[in-house]
Amino acid sequence: METKMRGADIVIRSLIAEQAELIFGYPGGAIMPVYDALYDYEGQIKHVLTRHEQGAVHAAQGYARISGKVGVCLATSGPGATNLITGLADAQIDSTPLVCITGQVAAHLLGTDAFQETDMMGISMPATKWNYQVRRAADIAPAIAKGFFIARSGRPGAVLIDITKNAQVELAAFNYQPCQEFRSYKTHHPVSDTAILQAAALLNEAARPYLLFGQGVILGKAEAELKSFLDKSGIPAASTLLGSGALSQEHPNYVGKLGMHGNYAPNLLTNQCDVLVAVGMRFDDRVTGDLSRYAKQAKVIHLELDPSEINKNVKANVAVLGNCKESLAKLTEAIASKKHESWMAKFRALEQQENEAVVQHDLMPTKVGLTMGEAIHHINRYKADDAVLVTDVGQHQMIAWRYFNYKKTRTQVTSGGLGTMGFALPAALGAQLHDYSRQVICVVGDGGIQMTIQELGTIMQTKAPVKIVLLNNNYLGMVRQWQQMFFDKRYSFTELDNPNFIMLAEAYGIKAKKVSDRADLAEAVEDMFIHDGPFFLEVVVEKEDNVFPMIATGCSVEEVRLN
Amino acid sequence: MKRYTIFVITENFIGILNRITIIFTRRGINIDALTASESRIPGVHRITIEVTVTEETVIQLVNQIEKIIDVIKAFHHEDTGVVYQELALYKIPVSRLDGGLEKIIRDHHAKIIAAEPDFVVLELTGHKEKTRELLELLKGYGILEFARSGRVAVAKRMLTIDSFVN
Repeated sequence: METKMRGADIVIRSLIAEQAELIFGYPGGAIMPVYDALYDYEGQIKHVLTRHEQGAVHAAQGYARISGKVGVCLATSGPGATNLITGLADAQIDSTPLVCITGQVAAHLLGTDAFQETDMMGISMPATKWNYQVRRAADIAPAIAKGFFIARSGRPGAVLIDITKNAQVELAAFNYQPCQEFRSYKTHHPVSDTAILQAAALLNEAARPYLLFGQGVILGKAEAELKSFLDKSGIPAASTLLGSGALSQEHPNYVGKLGMHGNYAPNLLTNQCDVLVAVGMRFDDRVTGDLSRYAKQAKVIHLELDPSEINKNVKANVAVLGNCKESLAKLTEAIASKKHESWMAKFRALEQQENEAVVQHDLMPTKVGLTMGEAIHHINRYKADDAVLVTDVGQHQMIAWRYFNYKKTRTQVTSGGLGTMGFALPAALGAQLHDYSRQVICVVGDGGIQMTIQELGTIMQTKAPVKIVLLNNNYLGMVRQWQQMFFDKRYSFTELDNPNFIMLAEAYGIKAKKVSDRADLAEAVEDMFIHDGPFFLEVVVEKEDNVFPMIATGCSVEEVRLN
Repeated sequence: MKRYTIFVITENFIGILNRITIIFTRRGINIDALTASESRIPGVHRITIEVTVTEETVIQLVNQIEKIIDVIKAFHHEDTGVVYQELALYKIPVSRLDGGLEKIIRDHHAKIIAAEPDFVVLELTGHKEKTRELLELLKGYGILEFARSGRVAVAKRMLTIDSFVN
């Protein structure tokens, strides 16, 4: 007879079977049997106690984005579980593989408004790729196997598995069977040769082809295929926010970034290309601006894994369904080798305009106050090629993204689709815990950091050597910028009275430094990188600086403004 | 805007209907009618949804439904592409029965499926226009209750659900 074990042990053994190395979590009543089991598996799986469940889920996201593995999170029922929702929604919209396991009241109490009972199935449904409630110990292993498979396969996403307390303490046999397929879920779409030929025909005829790449390239591990395609096709290529890093910015075809605060040329010239190739991106409204005036002149080729993204926002003349690793390789073979020098020169000329109007004032300002851009400029001087940039949401996010020199893939962690303030500090912790030896730079604003600032405690406890760069303008800067531009400078509830951040960081035993003068900035950044361990650098920046270029809401990409 | 029938072939799991309906809720789209039942294959359910939207919207809805992990297949048809039927029940007080009602029942091919001391229940199957027409006539007979099912439908094209399930 097979030996039986507690459901709680099955949870941990299943996680180990899925090669989970690190769990982020927070204990509580309904998950206590699992925590009790965890006590016996030290050395086989690590657990990091965050200071809030939201911290745990964002840390798991940061870990997942850098490692390419499934992030794992553990929380109790009720408030513990509801605190995960923001992270689930964030992971789901940004296609981050995540498995969250929550405790639930015993099965016989379901629906009785028991202590810390919440309908997690109902609440998490719109924020997950898949969710499941386990009420029997025997169903735990199959649910976890299915959950990991769903989280990491196809277009990755968020999974929640809710396990009732009785299932954690009851006994069942354990015989782990990984999940590889099931009939209602299709992960692989063979690339159509006809579609490849149609796409190649369009590209071979094109005079001004233009390629946009998104995170699909990173998720599909298609970075090398993208580079080969660009080398052969000679097509200028621009990145979305989450696609940054998929192609080195030093590649000759790289022309910049797309979207509301992206670069001038990549936005403007979207409406001048004749063939638009979109690879692993979903035409988010922050990229397209007004859809009715977006690339109407162009024939669109869309290389995409998720069938529901095709024709969702922008109609494709040729849709190539499938993993872009496969489709890009096939397309590279099918196209003629070309150069597009005069078309590329248009990008370079506009880039020059942006440099003169915006970039040089951001990076090498002559005014008194510090800019966010010059802080990033100094980070670029000292950072390693594979350094990870983790950002929060707002002005600092856009500036850091604009000016960080991306050279390697999986070097960027940010909340793109959901725009979650408070994301950066825990996400940086998670990214760092994947690899202590890698530089992880957490650039954050004074608004966002205070949403999850308790995670300084987790950084203290784990000694994760995260380099925290607080760009402090004493404002919710992005909202203030909009108030200035679109609401008659009525600064309604955007100014902050901030704590002494240096004392706060030091209270957590984190070495901290504050810079207000340009003369001290370079040295402070250098000190931060030299320091062995976590470091908190506060840079006091100009209070009312704005981020440009900008495509205002409702405007077309060709209406991108330099000031 | 047109009337469409969306067919959803799914695993029989708890919560699947909720996952489908939130796709409509999120987009502010009203479901005209919905029926769910077992299919010919054990463990496989079919859900039939009637909705009045543009073609573009129905395609997006079907794409999003099909993306649900436990949905095996989703597709849509216009009214011309489906054979469909609805069932209506009418509860009439006995005190109002007369010869006129007999003619109405005969003309509409309705059936009396229950007779109680105080009321009778008529049944009519047919398209909405038909069952509504009878309802109008029965209003003159003090109708007590009226209930109509959602659409039960099969597609006209020669495809069986086996091709999706396996």
